[in-house]
Amino acid sequence: MKPAIATRSSATENVINLEKVGVSFGVASALVTALAETSLRIAHGEFVALVGPSGCGKSTILKLVAGTLDASQGHVFVAGREVGAAPVRIGMAFQNPTLLPWLNIRDNVMLPLKIVPPFRRGFAAKRKTEYRDRVEALLATVGLAGFGDKFPWQLSGGMQQRASLCRALIHDPTLLLLDEPFGALDQFTREELWEIMQTLWIEKRPTVVLVTHDLKEAAYLASRICVMQARPGRIIEDSVVPFARPRTVEASYEPDFVALTQHLRGRIVAARGNPQAAA
Amino acid sequence: MSPTLRRRLFSIGCILGFFVAWELLCLAFRVSELILPRPSVILVTMWADFPAILPHALQTLYTTLAGFGLGIVIGFLLGMLIGGSRLAYDTAYPMLVGFSSIPKVALVPIFVLWFGAGTVPAILTAMIMCIFPIVVNVATGLSATEPELQDVMKTLRATKLEILWNIGLPRSMPYFFASLKVAATLAFVGSVISETVASNKGIGNLMMIASSNFDVPLVFAGLFILAALGVALYVVFSLIEGRVTGWSVRSDTFSTGG
Repeated sequence: MKPAIATRSSATENVINLEKVGVSFGVASALVTALAETSLRIAHGEFVALVGPSGCGKSTILKLVAGTLDASQGHVFVAGREVGAAPVRIGMAFQNPTLLPWLNIRDNVMLPLKIVPPFRRGFAAKRKTEYRDRVEALLATVGLAGFGDKFPWQLSGGMQQRASLCRALIHDPTLLLLDEPFGALDQFTREELWEIMQTLWIEKRPTVVLVTHDLKEAAYLASRICVMQARPGRIIEDSVVPFARPRTVEASYEPDFVALTQHLRGRIVAARGNPQAAA
Repeated sequence: MSPTLRRRLFSIGCILGFFVAWELLCLAFRVSELILPRPSVILVTMWADFPAILPHALQTLYTTLAGFGLGIVIGFLLGMLIGGSRLAYDTAYPMLVGFSSIPKVALVPIFVLWFGAGTVPAILTAMIMCIFPIVVNVATGLSATEPELQDVMKTLRATKLEILWNIGLPRSMPYFFASLKVAATLAFVGSVISETVASNKGIGNLMMIASSNFDVPLVFAGLFILAALGVALYVVFSLIEGRVTGWSVRSDTFSTGG
């Protein structure tokens, strides 16, 4: 904990502030650098997409912010405090649904309410009443109305992923971390969930960090896109997405939109072909 | 006929067939009752000597259940400790393997030396027998917890205790119950061993006395009772297991009933 830096970063109202952060694995003789020295600031209410090829460290950034991975160097600040100590509600959705197989969908979605303050207070009393209604309402928005009593394995992969999104959202997180949550879904389910996600962001304006391979998804959802390259992982482009909201899936076929995804694709292809030139 | 019903019928047929074959073969080859009594003779002996057998059966059931209960508590706690901490695992596991490789019957004289012959050594032997499988399975179950599920909890800033309670414990339940089914039968082995060596009560003692009197049907009656008690305990824990850890089986019966 370094109070001097912490004060400075909170003054700029950055929810996330990576200060010269690097991550490497292994010992000195066989050191693998997952993330080269990187600085990234994300302001309150931004929707940032991290795109790039495999191994570029985009999931690493997400794990740093989530606090499930420690930085080898530099500092990670969340809401102005060193990560882990930050009084911020985090919701996270993973590539896999990661639902607990012994709980039904309702109890799975309810899990954060059991753990996270202030919801945890009075959980035992509210779980059958207030929280139950809250979960049912959220399940209904993603098309899972009436599925609360089902167990995860009784649902298709797409439905499990919807439930997993609900679990990430149930406690009104101020910081939402999405690690390719739509990656394994079919085209139409994916587009449907994009719309749901956009509506939700417009309504509640959480800060969102989305990791994705899908450039169209990034351009549709994000207000800002960071392009990353691999070996070593670093951010090579950081640009604002200018399109007005709410965006529609139809609009993603218009020339401006296509031009943006083309441009992003070009940067990533160039970075893959010759990492040194792109840097 | 449904597949379940057919499986059950086959199973019952197999059991009945075993006893019928036993009965017929004994009759056909005129096997002496001193060598191998027929099932019908054994059943008649059980019926006739029931008042004499009952206190012994209850004694064995009592020592087994007491030992089993103690074994569950100690085994579960040890398993949690060993499975929950890498340090405890590395420290305690070799010693645990050493203890478990001691033939438990060799411990009975020591227990008798400490506590005198009778109930206490039987309880302790039953307990010692069932601790090891429980410890190993609970520890395995805890360490089998998927890191992804732990990450879900960590991003919610859950404490270690909350992760253990919400993820580790439920995750290890299938392993725990699998070990209980093994341990339940081992507990009977333990208490009967102790009863045969040093006790004046229990099925083990009854069988020892019967065999020295050449009352072979009574010896086999003791075996039948032990088998019945063992099966009963196994069934009880299978039923509890089905209720608690049905999620890990994912059968059709659970999906409609759950």
